[in-house]
Amino acid sequence: MNRSFTTVSQSSTSALATNKVLRNTYMLLSLTLLFSGLTAGLSMFLNMPPMTYMISVIGGMVLAMFVLPRFAHSSAGIGIVFLITGLLGFGLGPMLTMYASLPNGGNIITLSLGGTGVIFLGLSAYALATRKDFSFMGGFLVVGFLLVLIAAIANIFLQIPAMSLAISSVVILIMSGFILYDTSRIIHGGEDNYVLATIGLYMTIFNIFISLLQILGIMGKDD
Amino acid sequence: MDWMQIVSALALGLFVVFLFPTAINMMKNSPKGSAADWQSVIVPMVIIILFIMFLIQLV
Repeated sequence: MNRSFTTVSQSSTSALATNKVLRNTYMLLSLTLLFSGLTAGLSMFLNMPPMTYMISVIGGMVLAMFVLPRFAHSSAGIGIVFLITGLLGFGLGPMLTMYASLPNGGNIITLSLGGTGVIFLGLSAYALATRKDFSFMGGFLVVGFLLVLIAAIANIFLQIPAMSLAISSVVILIMSGFILYDTSRIIHGGEDNYVLATIGLYMTIFNIFISLLQILGIMGKDD
Repeated sequence: MDWMQIVSALALGLFVVFLFPTAINMMKNSPKGSAADWQSVIVPMVIIILFIMFLIQLV
């Protein structure tokens, strides 16, 4: 009897902890997305050169891979998350300026933004509603992402629009898989640090938005 | 060749190198999914593909 009370108590404590991680993750994610929007607007206002995107992404990745894991369990981690997301948002400025200058650029940006929101919210709701464990996707997603990166390196030199389109499409599918995987990890207690959970989900949203911009930008040129 | 292309390729190359051990580790340690598990992923992915095609129609 006592043992069953202990089990119920432990599982409810675990569920509460999971809900807290989930709530904190979504709260921090919302704030970082807003902050990114602000820095992107600032970058557009300052009319930053195209190289800003490359420098910001490299800086953001270095911070996310080498600095954030060391501070993720302290309050400094939140500051670093804002630094990374602010930097990535700032890097988006020149790209958004370029798309905004296209004849239907405003439409492309709005559709990419809305599309990213629908994909993220839809997949998060799916993972939360089904409460399915998507941990089996881990290896497949990372290897798929590595292959896409290798293809992207090749296309930097080849500059084939069709390959660019294919890479962006595959990136959206892989990032969609990562949304299911990351959300499922939070639900099942695999990720108990909301700082790391936030940066993981932010990266998926960032990549889906960039890829949608590229796809809609390329397809929009046909008119 | 533009210096930005070379720097981008180098940065992506380094990212691949750093990600490689993680990929190997995850491949070895990830649980294997059943056919039903993969089906639960394929359905939302097909919906996303259709959604992107819909967005393309709107541009």
